[in-house]
Amino acid sequence: MKLAFLSRRDVLFLAVLAFLLLVVFPFALDGFRLNLVGKYLTYAFAALGLVLCWGYGGILSLGQGVFFALGGYGMAMYLKLEASSVENTKIQSTPGIPDFMDWNQITELPYFWQPFHSFPLTLILILVVPALFAFVIGAAMFKRRVSGVYFAIITQAIAAIMTILIIGQQGYTGGVNGITDLRTLHGWDIRTDSAKFILYFVNAVLLLGVILIAMFVRDSKLGRILVAMRDKEDRVRFSGYSVANFQIFVFCLAGVFAAIGGAMFTLQVGFMSPSLTGIVPSIEMVIYTAVGGRFSLFGAVYGTLAVSFARTSLSESFPQLWLLGLGALFIATVLFFPNGLAGIWRDYVQPTVDRVLKLRGKPSDPAWEAGKSSTAPAE
Amino acid sequence: MPPIGAQPKDYLLSVEGLTVSFDGFRAVNDLSFYVDENEIRVIIGPNGAGKTTVLDLICGKTAASSGSIRFRDKELTKMSESQIVLAGVGRKFQTPSIYDDLTIFENLEISYPKGRSVWGALTFKRDQAVKDRVQEVAEIIFLKDRLHDNAAFLSHGQKQWLEIGMLLIQDPELLMLDEPVAGMSVSERIKTAELLNTIIKNRSVLVIEHDMKFVEDIAHKVTVLHQGKILSEGSMEKVKNDPKVVEVYLGH
Repeated sequence: MKLAFLSRRDVLFLAVLAFLLLVVFPFALDGFRLNLVGKYLTYAFAALGLVLCWGYGGILSLGQGVFFALGGYGMAMYLKLEASSVENTKIQSTPGIPDFMDWNQITELPYFWQPFHSFPLTLILILVVPALFAFVIGAAMFKRRVSGVYFAIITQAIAAIMTILIIGQQGYTGGVNGITDLRTLHGWDIRTDSAKFILYFVNAVLLLGVILIAMFVRDSKLGRILVAMRDKEDRVRFSGYSVANFQIFVFCLAGVFAAIGGAMFTLQVGFMSPSLTGIVPSIEMVIYTAVGGRFSLFGAVYGTLAVSFARTSLSESFPQLWLLGLGALFIATVLFFPNGLAGIWRDYVQPTVDRVLKLRGKPSDPAWEAGKSSTAPAE
Repeated sequence: MPPIGAQPKDYLLSVEGLTVSFDGFRAVNDLSFYVDENEIRVIIGPNGAGKTTVLDLICGKTAASSGSIRFRDKELTKMSESQIVLAGVGRKFQTPSIYDDLTIFENLEISYPKGRSVWGALTFKRDQAVKDRVQEVAEIIFLKDRLHDNAAFLSHGQKQWLEIGMLLIQDPELLMLDEPVAGMSVSERIKTAELLNTIIKNRSVLVIEHDMKFVEDIAHKVTVLHQGKILSEGSMEKVKNDPKVVEVYLGH
């Protein structure tokens, strides 16, 4: 891969993150905690998409959980079919179909489950289905110039509809319990400690790959057009660009990122359920992004990790207070640190680091600089 | 008015019977006018005469209720905004419309006529031709020393120049300017007139302006709009002495 587009500072940040994910965490944490970090990192995929879509493009989606679910369910359907071999399910009235279908008096595998017998096809569908779905929503909304708050509300409604649909269609989706009891991937048992260890690395490497793709998009002219669109949509339109196409593109890209995260969630955690698709997880993804700093790709990863750690430790001690705490964190971020962790880093830590390392990073990040002058988020 | 029997295609832009109504109010009412190649046409008129609406209609921002706008052999009323731009029509807005969060270089680069599709933008290379052109335009708009500053830090007049520069790099055949010198200081105004004289070469320009001194300096022909209709049209000399124009507009 050609990495010429990266500035020195980006390379340094990427190296630090890679070191943290591939060396520090695996050595410092036990198997259980490492798996937990792996789970957190799957949300970071969605947060990365939101940085491009919301931070750069100004399109706030409150429905990224939908795409996370499309990826997650795609993977879960494949794993579930593999776990439901005729052998494993011979006590069912219809052997060879997932157990929850049998409980719901379904006697034949529905047509939309059929492609998930094939692993390559599953991988393709995990990427294509969310992209297509995002394309349909995006084309319907952006071509009609729906934007801002209206778009956010519609995406939130879609997240709600998706959850209701999954729960309602229990026989086809596993209902409120989701798809559970997943065992093997192409014959490889994913429940063992060694499998979890390997999956953690697969996840981390995929995350780093997605960051590279996101950086490429950010640093291309398309990235600058996104920033320009956020600021003066009409000027971009009357400079000869079809604004809607760019909005659709970035929304699809964010959807695909989230879907990769969802698929990796299923693999590492061993189930997928509607509790991960709805409004609350979708908003949490926005909070991760906001806390990390919505103009910063690395911020999105650190923000996701920080909020998720806080969530785990606080909800262990104060289960009732956690949601309030999360809300307060979001408000505090918006009010006092509109650029999140990345903003704090840039304003207080980076100058010192620069002095020590004598780094002169080029100001390659326009949206970033913008953050300095604006004190409130655009949406 | 066009001589009788002239073919519409002799004109760069032919607006015929153009009407737009907002909730029954006809902001532009059965308007017809023609702009020649390399002509500088200034539209003047009192507030609410429909001047900006005419530009909105031509560039596709507002949809016409009826009538036609022909640009070369293309019917603009049926095209999307970006297609109209690609056909060769550029528009400067009344308030400076630039990207505050990008540098001046990046502002200009976005208007460079290449890589306007999603894929084109992803694979766009900032090659020497782009750099040279941006440099060249930045020099014309008096901003060559500030290429890497954020546009947010420019003064009002400089922002106007930047937007003019963005249009210049776009290189439209028909350039539409909405009050290019409004809100400028005297010295900025003089520089802007100079700038406009540079950029209007080899293209047609449609300008809305209130500053009569400025209009006199640049206009080949003046169209006076009043209540969505043409009140008078012709040379500045003719329009200035038209009693109807004096009454509704210049008399104030």
